[in-house]
Amino acid sequence: MSRIDPKGVQPASGEGGSLYAARQKVYPRAVHGPVRRAKWAILAACLALYYLVPWLRWDRGSGMPDQAVLVDIANARIFLLWIEIWPQEIYFLTGLLVMAAIGLFAVTSLFGRVWCGFACPQTVWTDLFLWVERRIEGDRNARMKLDAAPMTHGKALRKVAKHAAWLVIAAVTGGAWIMYFQDAPTVTREILTGGASLETYVFFGLFTATTYTLAGWAREQVCTYMCPWPRFQAAMLDENSLVVSYRGWRGEPRGKAKAEGVGDCVDCRACVHACPTGIDIRDGQQLECIGCGLCIDACDEVMRKLSRPTGLIAFETLANLAASEAATAHVAPGPVRQVCGMKARQPVRFSRPRTWLYAGVLGAVAAVMLGAFLVRPTATLTVLRDRAPIYVRLSDGGIRNAYTLKLDNRTRSEAALALVLDAPEGFRLVVQDSGADAEARPLLALRQDGITQWRALVTAPAGAHLPESTPLRFRLLDAAGSTVLAERSVFLAPKQ
Amino acid sequence: MPTKIEKDAVSGTLTTGHEWDGIKELNTPLPKWWLYVFFATIVFAAVWVVLYPALPIQGATGLTGWTARGAIEQEMAEHAKQLEPRLAAIRQATSPQILADAEMRDFALAGGRVAFANNCAACHGAGGQGAQGGFPSLADDDWLWGGKLAEIRQTIQHGIRNAEDEAARTTMMPRFLADGLLNAAQVNDVAEHVLSLSGRAGDAAAAQRGAAVFADNCASCHGSDGRGSRELGAPNLADQVWLYGGDKAAVVQSVSYARAGVMPAWGARLDPAVVNMLTVYVHSLGGGEPE
Repeated sequence: MSRIDPKGVQPASGEGGSLYAARQKVYPRAVHGPVRRAKWAILAACLALYYLVPWLRWDRGSGMPDQAVLVDIANARIFLLWIEIWPQEIYFLTGLLVMAAIGLFAVTSLFGRVWCGFACPQTVWTDLFLWVERRIEGDRNARMKLDAAPMTHGKALRKVAKHAAWLVIAAVTGGAWIMYFQDAPTVTREILTGGASLETYVFFGLFTATTYTLAGWAREQVCTYMCPWPRFQAAMLDENSLVVSYRGWRGEPRGKAKAEGVGDCVDCRACVHACPTGIDIRDGQQLECIGCGLCIDACDEVMRKLSRPTGLIAFETLANLAASEAATAHVAPGPVRQVCGMKARQPVRFSRPRTWLYAGVLGAVAAVMLGAFLVRPTATLTVLRDRAPIYVRLSDGGIRNAYTLKLDNRTRSEAALALVLDAPEGFRLVVQDSGADAEARPLLALRQDGITQWRALVTAPAGAHLPESTPLRFRLLDAAGSTVLAERSVFLAPKQ
Repeated sequence: MPTKIEKDAVSGTLTTGHEWDGIKELNTPLPKWWLYVFFATIVFAAVWVVLYPALPIQGATGLTGWTARGAIEQEMAEHAKQLEPRLAAIRQATSPQILADAEMRDFALAGGRVAFANNCAACHGAGGQGAQGGFPSLADDDWLWGGKLAEIRQTIQHGIRNAEDEAARTTMMPRFLADGLLNAAQVNDVAEHVLSLSGRAGDAAAAQRGAAVFADNCASCHGSDGRGSRELGAPNLADQVWLYGGDKAAVVQSVSYARAGVMPAWGARLDPAVVNMLTVYVHSLGGGEPE
């Protein structure tokens, strides 16, 4: 299962060799089968989700964006259907990302690298670009022949057509990304008519360029060299995880279809030709394998043609591979060996401490985030005590402190709340420019979906024996007289 | 020590032809792309020197005529142009009109805060907290010349005891001891009386004697009860706010040699809109009095 490449670990001496590995261009062959069909379905679903979501509308009333999913950076809000996230609530996004990471760990420990193979944007867009390439340049052999051929008008035409198609897809992809940050119909019109801002065009160009480069040119190199995930995903896998495996116990020794005493693998290299990362799955588990399972379809096609059981390459656990291997150690190649090997398999153990741990952590984080979300406040009162001056001595000897009250209201309501001060006897509260309710308490009008700011002056009576710091509490009362918000602060006085 | 250039047996690279204590160095020159980038930077620098001010000569400009100072001036001019419509509105408006319009008020308070920090805070302190020694707190409820909007504006516009501005309010307290108007004992007595006005009496007998001195010499400005006069900028001596300190020595000093705080006339230096913004900002600090 482990390979050591002596050339890779030992610097070339005398050979004039370079430590730089030039890319071997990969020409994946088209395959047909259940895995491929699943990949097409997931690809279509992911792309549809990505391209169409910005166009969903959601009525939030007048003056508010009507886009269902919108990251409104200019106005510092994230809109997600009926949810509105303020900048200080960005931890919900952090929570989502933490859950996504743990979810990825859980899925990987159960089914191997299905994320990489099926749903990762790099895989989805590379698959889409490959499909375009195949439509224009033909399948593996045709493409290899075309690349090797000298440049002709026909070849140039095909190449130009391919890159043009890629650029169109890349532009649509980059454009769709912009739409998550600006109103989709507006920004589309602006981009097409040249009326969008420079920033919009810069990011549009940036995402177009990255899509074109990563999906058209870099492809498997992103997974092999750029992505950190393959480097540490081995820590989530164990011998009970389903991974794309070659059943060596059944395939080896390889040989011609009609030869005697050889395994089922006829060494047709269909699996290698189908692989989008250009590896040979028969070498065992590899860093480069993204677990897409296309080699399974490729091999099954060949096995069916040879009237042999499919599943020479399959989603299989390392534990079962070892069990089959052990059970067939002394069985000669052939149908008996196949039956013995398959019989030695155990049902896949999905219920393991590792998977329960991941599920538990995921559940715990989800519960915490959901709880935090359900009880999140719709308004917040912040009290900032003035620091310059710390206190003011009034002409009658009284001491006054000033406070800035910030009231953010995340709802659409425009209620007015009465402010009361919990303080020792004799303290007086005045709010500049506020109204007053029937009991002459300051009345603070809330701005809908915005922040209002007030300056409050608290005066301690002359002659009061004040400590250097007196705790205070500002409370906001609704019309019914119950406290809706409260915030503590202190009243500072000179040392006496 | 120069030696023969030879091929290194292990790496196959040529040596530089130098040897130090038996150590030879392989000749591994910089990559070509690095070298070309380096050359490109030299060309870039040459072009830069021609186009932009790069020579250490005063007043040197490049062909483009660009200067950092000019760029910032242009930016400031553009910024000022953006603000101009709102500043124009504030320039035209009276202070009560500014306070009545919520948007104009917010703009004026924000602009006033900045203008205050730039021009006023050096003496009056951040937030108008004032400082002992003649720099009045603007956040308290004690005003020498009045705390209404119009009075604050007058003070900012024309200053106090400012010879350069005709309209500046100017009053002078006599130097009672220095000019021989009172003798030392009388000064002591009147100081005791002044302290007693705010309940700080030490020597009741002296204060009693000082009351007569006060009535003869001080009451004309500070009032018979010592509550001062905003017309004359005579401070209230009966309250707890002391501009130059409230102990006896400070009061004796004030009576003997007088006090005469000065303030520049900002109307001559600042845009009228800025004076208007400063007016509402100072009024908002906590001591502003209703019209």
